[in-house]
Amino acid sequence: MNELAIKDLLYKLADDQLILGHRNSEWTGFGPILEEDIAFSSMAQDKIGHSLAFYTLLQELGEADPDTVAFTRNANQFHNSQLVELPNGEYDFSLIRHFLYDNAEIIRFEMLSQSGYEPIAKVATKLKGEVKYHVLHANTWIKNLGTSTEEAILRLQTSLNEAIPYALGMFELSQYEQQLIDAGVYAGEDAVKAEWFKRIQAVIEKTDLKLPDLNTIEPKLGGRYGEHTEHLQPLLDEMAEVFKIDPTAEW
Amino acid sequence: MDLTKENILTLLEEVKDPEIPVLSLVDLGVITGVEISEEGHVTVNMTPTFAGCPAMDYMKKDVERTLEKHGIPYHTVIMSFDQPWDSNKLSEKGRQHLKEFGLAPPPKYDLILDLDILEHVKCPYCDSENTDLRTPFGPTLCRSMHYCNDCRQMFEQFKPL
Repeated sequence: MNELAIKDLLYKLADDQLILGHRNSEWTGFGPILEEDIAFSSMAQDKIGHSLAFYTLLQELGEADPDTVAFTRNANQFHNSQLVELPNGEYDFSLIRHFLYDNAEIIRFEMLSQSGYEPIAKVATKLKGEVKYHVLHANTWIKNLGTSTEEAILRLQTSLNEAIPYALGMFELSQYEQQLIDAGVYAGEDAVKAEWFKRIQAVIEKTDLKLPDLNTIEPKLGGRYGEHTEHLQPLLDEMAEVFKIDPTAEW
Repeated sequence: MDLTKENILTLLEEVKDPEIPVLSLVDLGVITGVEISEEGHVTVNMTPTFAGCPAMDYMKKDVERTLEKHGIPYHTVIMSFDQPWDSNKLSEKGRQHLKEFGLAPPPKYDLILDLDILEHVKCPYCDSENTDLRTPFGPTLCRSMHYCNDCRQMFEQFKPL
């Protein structure tokens, strides 16, 4: 197994979880209702826990320890998709992003739980059960709000149109894509995307929302190769602010 | 005390979940194995309930403290996903303790968990199944929140996973 290919995959997985986890945590204290405040805060905690599980696998492959990796890299060293770094916007945007992201993440975890690379298979087997709750949460709210008032539907549709090009960027191919597929690590991003499309379409069909024609949309690529929007570096600066006061402190 | 697996597990009954102090780690199902080497080195394998659970590190240290307190200086506690936790691993005794604590125990399931079972969780106060899921998230990662239409109370459930 090509270790660089595995590391690349692990960084993608871990960085997505860490950055979205941080964005979710920004809802703490600001949720539109108490239950949603708790939901986004809980998902933040889950996702940061998930990133830790993948950073730990990276450490076992010789990378630096999870805190160092999480808190000391610059934006151009992160492999997350641009979707997860975008600011929260209003609740409708955060909900749409959560829906588009978690429906893809659970497919990756389902595939990776069958992986020929055992360390990833073990972690993914564990995490897919937790992400089920995130998907349940997202799909329930999309169905409820996507069939409610004119304003709710318009807001969700606007956010969906805005987020879709970034969502397609989640499936940007790795330079090691074929090696990962050939080695039986997982079926690859094109396969994830095909299944994702079916699942999000099945939910959207139960609402008054319309899924844009994905073939006519230019995906926002680059995130997997360290190219990010102007929003990532300020997020990283804020996330690492306390850590950087004293990187050797024992917590 | 003889160093046997059974004796170590009995000792570990003392270690409780810090967020649910009626529940021992053994009943919770997070102790996945105990090995004792010929030289008397005790290895305890543990696995987290939820990967992001902030109590896991505390529980691991608590296991170490308990072993030391009982005069077992040579020990290693390993946290891993080798035998991942699921809610079917909660013991019958643990489920009973949860209910008495006012937390609905997670329903048992076969092989694949369908989250539809969250819709009508049995109320831990009045045993009614006329309940609604309010939110799949709660005060800790392992709890969801429900409302009982019969005794008209909010209650929490230890989530099935």
